[in-house]
Amino acid sequence: MKKKALKRQREVVIQVSDATVRFNMASERIDNLKEYFVKLMKRQLMFQEFLALQNVNFTVRRGESWGIIGTNGSGKSTLLKLICGILKPYRGEVKISGSIAPLIELGAGFDGDLTAKENIFLNGAVLGYNRQYMQEHFDEIVDFAELHDFLDMPIKNYSSGMAARLGFSIATVVRPDILIVDEVLAVGDYSFQQKCERRMREMREAGTTLLYVSHSIESVQGICTNALWLHKGAVWQAGRADAVCSAYMASLQD
Amino acid sequence: MGIWKQRLTTFWNYRDLLAELVSRDIKLKYRRSFLGYVWSILNPLMTMVVMYLVFSNMFRFDIVNYPVYLIIGQTLYGFLTESTTQAIFSITGNAALLKKTYVPKYVFTAAKVTSSLVNMVFSLGAMALVLIFCRIRFTALFFLLPFVLLQIYVFCLGMGMFLAQAAVFFRDVQYIYNVITTAWMYLTPIFYPLSALPEYLQKWIATYNPMYCYITQFRQIVLYEQFPDPQSVIKGSLIALAVFGIGAGCFAKTQDKFILYI
Repeated sequence: MKKKALKRQREVVIQVSDATVRFNMASERIDNLKEYFVKLMKRQLMFQEFLALQNVNFTVRRGESWGIIGTNGSGKSTLLKLICGILKPYRGEVKISGSIAPLIELGAGFDGDLTAKENIFLNGAVLGYNRQYMQEHFDEIVDFAELHDFLDMPIKNYSSGMAARLGFSIATVVRPDILIVDEVLAVGDYSFQQKCERRMREMREAGTTLLYVSHSIESVQGICTNALWLHKGAVWQAGRADAVCSAYMASLQD
Repeated sequence: MGIWKQRLTTFWNYRDLLAELVSRDIKLKYRRSFLGYVWSILNPLMTMVVMYLVFSNMFRFDIVNYPVYLIIGQTLYGFLTESTTQAIFSITGNAALLKKTYVPKYVFTAAKVTSSLVNMVFSLGAMALVLIFCRIRFTALFFLLPFVLLQIYVFCLGMGMFLAQAAVFFRDVQYIYNVITTAWMYLTPIFYPLSALPEYLQKWIATYNPMYCYITQFRQIVLYEQFPDPQSVIKGSLIALAVFGIGAGCFAKTQDKFILYI
């Protein structure tokens, strides 16, 4: 029995092997026909490549928590998008086993004109949960977000912190196999941040795998056991959170 | 076979998203308007009255029950323009969401076409009023109408998907398409009888304009109490399926690149 549990723990849930993500960084964007044909005729239709990720290898086992750190533009969000399936790798492979609840950044999944109540159902549907399920968990979501008094207000009148609260409550109401958190907590107030960190820890104890992007090194160290340091689209260092974080901090001080 | 089963399962899993998106569109359409959903009926009715006044005084066509003739053409053609024009923006307009989460992208396009369909079904209320006003008999043949609507729906889905994916790469599509729908409208017998045109044009429209096919089927059922011409039904269905196939095929082929262009 114990052996089986151990084996389950060792199971690889995310396997990114030798992945490269390429963007077309053409200095001018060609999105109209005239330009396209003019460039085609002049044979100027070159694509200026930009490799947002280069030959990244990354393996996550069940129940691990990884903090992804690096300076702006180092490819952290690109890696998360690759794992969510939003981006497809140009080369290489990404294998995922289990359900993913990506934590949508600051209310991106919300429609500003709809009320919070309607948005809860819409956002739930975006994450792939049916209406009945959302109905059952509705109170739980509202309780956690502490937004009882604002349920019938259109989201466009929400502050970014309020929208982030709602987004976090919706994404964590289910127990997904993999939870992805991207910078979203930075706007919440202190007590809400604490609440979110507590919930993430609970989920981790229940066996959820966590990917966490943050510029706050303290919170990465507090929440994650492992860390991945990206630098200009390549893996610079990966391993225990403490070691990687202190190396990263040391590099910033130089 | 496996991949199709997988695709259908994915679609089935996201049916609630489709429903939510459609209900969002419908809720938002008339929010903060005084008359709300009444506009769905009032709007086509008023447009029809204007067109009726224009075309029965300025140009005279010899058509019995002209208001009915008019509102059928206008409703069906209105559905084509509304659904496809909305579909053009379905991907680019949801960029924020598509960049953040993985959702099958066609759901957004299908949702726009479907919410236009729901709007059109509302506006059938206006048509029913006109039918009562003109003393048209409601017959058992009316049960065939959903099948005509289904053909147009599938046709518009295909068009919508083709246009949506094209608009991601070339924003010009939205402007070009505007011109196309205007031309298409004049080439569809909405307010004139086909017989008013020169013969070569009649033939051309009857052969190449699928909207003519659908509108004629609808009119045959409602206005002339006839069974729709089987040849037209077969042709209409085949065109709808073909357009759907082309649209879905192009969409599937290019969808992985959307993220780089939105």
